[in-house]
Amino acid sequence: MTPLLQVSGLNAWYGESHVLHGVDMTIGEGETITILGRNGVGKTTTLRTIVGIVRARRGRIDFAGTDMMQVPLHRTAHKGIGFVPEERGIFSTLTVEENLMLPPVVTGGGMNLEEIYELFPNLLERRTSQGTKLSGGEQQMLAIARILRTGVKMLILDEPTEGLAPVIVQRIGDVLGKLKARGMTILLVEQNFRFASRIADRFYLMDHGRMVGDFPVSELPVRMDELHKVLGV
Amino acid sequence: MTMIFGIPIQAFLGQLLIGLINGSFYALLSLGLAVIFGLLRVINFAHGAQYMLGAFVALLLLQYLGVNYWLALFLAPLIVGLFGALVERALLSRLYKLDPLYGLLFTFGLALTIEGTFRYLYGASGQPYSVPPLLAGGTNLGFMFLPNYRGWVVVVSLVACIGTWLLIEKTKLGSYLRAATENPVLVQAFGINVPMLLTLTYGLGAGLAAFAGVLAAPVYQVSPLMGTNLIIVVFAVVVVGGMGSIMGAILTGYMLGVAEGLTKVFYPEASNIVIFVIMAIVLLLRPAGLFGRDA
Repeated sequence: MTPLLQVSGLNAWYGESHVLHGVDMTIGEGETITILGRNGVGKTTTLRTIVGIVRARRGRIDFAGTDMMQVPLHRTAHKGIGFVPEERGIFSTLTVEENLMLPPVVTGGGMNLEEIYELFPNLLERRTSQGTKLSGGEQQMLAIARILRTGVKMLILDEPTEGLAPVIVQRIGDVLGKLKARGMTILLVEQNFRFASRIADRFYLMDHGRMVGDFPVSELPVRMDELHKVLGV
Repeated sequence: MTMIFGIPIQAFLGQLLIGLINGSFYALLSLGLAVIFGLLRVINFAHGAQYMLGAFVALLLLQYLGVNYWLALFLAPLIVGLFGALVERALLSRLYKLDPLYGLLFTFGLALTIEGTFRYLYGASGQPYSVPPLLAGGTNLGFMFLPNYRGWVVVVSLVACIGTWLLIEKTKLGSYLRAATENPVLVQAFGINVPMLLTLTYGLGAGLAAFAGVLAAPVYQVSPLMGTNLIIVVFAVVVVGGMGSIMGAILTGYMLGVAEGLTKVFYPEASNIVIFVIMAIVLLLRPAGLFGRDA
């Protein structure tokens, strides 16, 4: 499988605090990867550094043949990376539809509005509501939906199921499954282990600002001891 | 003679109209300030200077190039807007990462520099700018005589205010502006060039101030200090309306203009301070302003 994203020796800082200590990871085209790890080991920072929000960084990030270290933040999406942040980032001064239409379409091949409303019928019903008037689950759907319009090659999600009811988690799992079937490459951070094992092809295990393991979903049963040790569960 | 509250109705309506005209300028200027503050988080102290620049550019265009009022109404905001965009890109944008106080100090210094330069070049006294022939004269409304130009000012400023509001609330560009006001980093991660948006916004705000300046040129005299006198009141308007609320800035502008006008009828001695009294009361009761969202 050709790697779509290749990260090597990635270091990142928040002010004085050194958070990433040489992250290495490779993601193939069409793969779904979940990063596992305890709180505070640098999972969110890894995502935010790949997207380019954290600028105090050193190392290499290559995405689809582009050296992303040189790309300014507002060009990241145009290179094909879409981001769904942990806090979802729904804008309260925009309606649901304005939120949906906000990210510019970067390449063809994204979903059109009709397809999106078919996938998320709730959003169609509430398209004129204020974005933040939606329930937490609907806001998460909206945060994912608005990226699907843009035609990005890779979706980066930070804890998409956090704080959501099981039935909503199920729906998000279905949606990600459909995207995967369409060939979308997905990188996510997830605490919900069951959810993650349902959709991921491969896991990266993170500790102390670097990747300490990487294995396919098929090895999950034999890796449980290692996981328990690293995750502390 | 018809009386209203013991005042001749002519005097009452006359002051009401003057209040509306002043209110038009307050609304246009506080609108620009609110747009700039909303996105850039910069309190634009150069706003009065940009208003003055608008009037001066119109005057100089007329004197040197024979450009008439109507063309100047379009050209002066464009020129001042471009100047604003240039200043933002070259200077102001370097200050965003610092304490907001630096932006305020910078724009204050910019205002002093611009106004000082114009005072040096053209002196402190005002120069007349004549009313365009099409709007000369007046209309007898029965109860009072309305100079046509003043009626025009009220109408066109209302149109400009509503146009700006529509631009921000109803267009795609406006949705970018609103979203970037809430979360600039995420908007940028979506592929929108936020630094460019900031430049555009500052240019738009400066252009609006210049537009008000051209409108004001035939009403007041064109002088280097015309903005200094006005901007203090406009800041009070913005405080009363609530920083960052577009509609709030517009409505408060007209309201306070009228309040000031009516005070002239009923208690003339207080007319110069009424806006500041209202500001003090609003700050005590609603520190975020009448239309402000959060404290």
